[in-house]
Amino acid sequence: MSLESGELDDLTLKIGRKPTSTELQIVAAEWSEHCSYKSSKKHLKMLPMKGPLVISEKGYDSGVLDVGDGYVITAHIESHNHPSAVEPYGGAATGVGGVIRDILSAGTRPIAIFNGLRFGDIEKDLHARWLFKNAVKGIADYGNCLGIPTIGGEVEFDKCYSNYALVDVAAIGFGKKKNLIKNHAKTGDIVVLLGGATGRDGIGGSQFASDSLESENRSAVQIPDPFIEKLIIEAILEARTENLIHALKDLGGGGLSCAVSETADALSIGIEMDVDKVHTRELNMNPDEIMVSESQERMLIVTSNDKLKKLEDICKKYRITCSVIGHVTLDNMMHVKKGEKTCANLPTDVVANATLLDRPSKKPAYLENIENEKKLKPIIDYTKMMMKFIASPNIASKIWVYGQYDHEVGIRTVVKPGKDASVLRLDNGKFLSAKIDGNPKHCYINPREGAIGCFEEACRNVVCTGAKPIGMLDHLQFGNPENPEIFWTFLESLKGITDFAKYFEIPCVGGKVSLYNETPSGQIKPTPIIGILGLIDKTPLSTQNISKGDCIVIVGQTKNEMGGSEYFEYIHKFIGGKCPTVNFLESKINMNSVLNVITKGLVKAAHDCSKGGLAVAISELCMTYQIGCNISLEKVPNQKLDVDRILFSESHSRYLLVLEKKDLKKLETLLKKSKVEYNVIGVFGGDHIRFNKESKNIIDLSVDKSQKIWFNSLKELVLHG
Amino acid sequence: MNVAVIVFPGSNCDRDMYHVLTDVFKLNATYFWHEKGLPKNIDAVILPGGFSYGDRLRSGAIAAHSPIIKDVKKMAEKGVPILGVCNGFQILVEAGLLPGALLKNTSLNFMCEWTSLIVENNTTPFSNKLKLYQKIPIPIANGEGRYYVDSETLKQLKKKNQIVFRYSDTVNGSSDRIAGVCSEDGNVVGMMPHPERAAESQINPNDNKPASLIFESLLNAIGVQN
Repeated sequence: MSLESGELDDLTLKIGRKPTSTELQIVAAEWSEHCSYKSSKKHLKMLPMKGPLVISEKGYDSGVLDVGDGYVITAHIESHNHPSAVEPYGGAATGVGGVIRDILSAGTRPIAIFNGLRFGDIEKDLHARWLFKNAVKGIADYGNCLGIPTIGGEVEFDKCYSNYALVDVAAIGFGKKKNLIKNHAKTGDIVVLLGGATGRDGIGGSQFASDSLESENRSAVQIPDPFIEKLIIEAILEARTENLIHALKDLGGGGLSCAVSETADALSIGIEMDVDKVHTRELNMNPDEIMVSESQERMLIVTSNDKLKKLEDICKKYRITCSVIGHVTLDNMMHVKKGEKTCANLPTDVVANATLLDRPSKKPAYLENIENEKKLKPIIDYTKMMMKFIASPNIASKIWVYGQYDHEVGIRTVVKPGKDASVLRLDNGKFLSAKIDGNPKHCYINPREGAIGCFEEACRNVVCTGAKPIGMLDHLQFGNPENPEIFWTFLESLKGITDFAKYFEIPCVGGKVSLYNETPSGQIKPTPIIGILGLIDKTPLSTQNISKGDCIVIVGQTKNEMGGSEYFEYIHKFIGGKCPTVNFLESKINMNSVLNVITKGLVKAAHDCSKGGLAVAISELCMTYQIGCNISLEKVPNQKLDVDRILFSESHSRYLLVLEKKDLKKLETLLKKSKVEYNVIGVFGGDHIRFNKESKNIIDLSVDKSQKIWFNSLKELVLHG
Repeated sequence: MNVAVIVFPGSNCDRDMYHVLTDVFKLNATYFWHEKGLPKNIDAVILPGGFSYGDRLRSGAIAAHSPIIKDVKKMAEKGVPILGVCNGFQILVEAGLLPGALLKNTSLNFMCEWTSLIVENNTTPFSNKLKLYQKIPIPIANGEGRYYVDSETLKQLKKKNQIVFRYSDTVNGSSDRIAGVCSEDGNVVGMMPHPERAAESQINPNDNKPASLIFESLLNAIGVQN
């Protein structure tokens, strides 16, 4: 692990001498793509970060939103892709640990975890199945032990992730505004390292994550210990309440190197520290190892001498170790010593700010003909096809996954996983709705439109619970940025997300960029993930049941946009065609009108139409609420499409609304007034899911039979292949 | 009236339990760290769920040796109502206050799902307001939740009316579908499902009244008018 040659020259020039070995290690960690964002930082500035509810403070690792009545929520997203691809259990677990500490470092209690998981084709690829199974177990064991509910997420399988894994973890925190830690420090303050001992695990982890995955570097993978993390959470929150913390920083990628240099840089101070004071797990660790170890469950605290005794007492109570490793200086230098000997002495702004790059970009050649469709084999029996479709890993219920996560602990979970978005109750009587979404199949065909689609889909999901989107998290995962074609896809996605965020005035409150997601077999498809936080002032839409005679209304137009659809890719094994695009105006009108009718209490259930199209969305409602329905496809607003396109197009801005017949008139009046495209397309009842076109039956599924398959197929596949 | 909520390192349902006791049922509750002693004026003791000591060795095995357990045992002898939920149940079993053992679920996985209990004994301090055979919608969340007793002990449990709750369906492979048991005297009760997650309508997708009756039974037992 070392600097690139140009960067070595750059460093030498900046400090006016040859760097020491420890300095090289520190800078290599901090200047890695993972820590420095050197390829992306210039461009990320385009994202809107401000908004009426956003609270920004220096040095925060998570975004903060004011939810009123003196309360705030915090949110952050991280990934742990490289480690999870090598050691899925530990990689995924430590991914949870890291994002939780980001929430903690603002001084808020973590109250929810989300995860987005992506693996290869688990139907055929046993290695992908192994990765999937163990990543889920890693997240479950870590989050469950912490007592933080894992309340939502998404799982997707695609051949582009073969021999690889994308493990994204988002977390939400909650607390009183007055308890937020306002990072500050003054000369003479002391620097304390609290938590797990520093060992030789995770050495060079951030550089490992900043390169293509060609070898399994196991020593770069961190080891999880959720029990210590739980103790740290309680100890830190107690210390926060006692006002013992001046500044707080999680140790993540780059270990002490990053935490110390970034804290010093953010607060415009210097820090002098002694590696001999760091409590280590092993004997004879050298300064370089101590500075870049990514051992987990550690926090860096700046406090004053007079508060140390109280802080130590809290640590004693929880039996966690804290060591005073250094103190704050005036000189803006990061001075690392071993006893009396200086190992590194660097200006903090040099360490914390790598020279940013302006990488070249070029439209990928593969996009030239990607929108062309080929002639597909006609489907003879749609019922048979649907049975296969709902059993497919991407469509099947993910209950096998979220059933292993404690999603009730904390007793906030009002809308449980398995619905559009999960909803938590907050202490001020309001509700928080949240969802993360990604769609690499769409993004591969059109990185800009695909990314916008993920954004809109996540918004639709929270809107379906009656929430107004108030903040966004983005996680941009791409291949090797040194490849101009890959970098072009990154920029396109980012521009799309920026445009949508600006149009809808949804600020980006946190994000992460993960590059170099590639293996010797190739690059991953562009995989931006969007997390949306929504706020509900009064009552969330929490569906109890759907009854016979209830009507189903579709809002939005079904268009001829089949590219990247599950139908094309899973059923026809065809990658191509035009992917769904979002018309911003139509999107806004639809979103606002749906939110309006939900808030007015006219709707019993709302469900967004996305992966698998209308056919899957309606079947999901029927299987979830165990009731049949009759749908008339000719009533679906569309562009005179063939029946398979009406059934399986993944056009955006579409919502399914379920309501009692008596409320239909009121609903129609409101929808007409707001000029949205909509129609009543069917009624619930019976024990069969039926799709008809002009009285001809197209699909006929038994609710019981399809429900069993939908709920169990993923579990069967994982456990018994 | 004073209810003690015991907190072990790694307990994580302590705050949930406290909220339900104080905010929902207006009881006076106090947290007790596992190294503290219990004062004499405690009317009931609750061991909440979570992962004490990170479930190392065996769930509940280390916490069962905490200093506070001595006082819990004394209170148990005195007939004070004691409830262990999930990890709290595991601790009571490891401490020898309740019979049996809790093994890994037959699925070998952590299971978080809503299930339904049947009341088998409505004479304990935590079930006296429930009807015999009444159903309680309630969630479970555990990895080692399969209650196990040998056939001889099972016979004794039945004879002495120590089975308090059964699952209405086979959930995790527990002996005789047992979800909760009590001591011979009936004042110590352990259960795997989480009543504190089911007592409020906002978070209970079914019916929160039956689970509320578990807490109302406690109010009744310790003489609080509600």
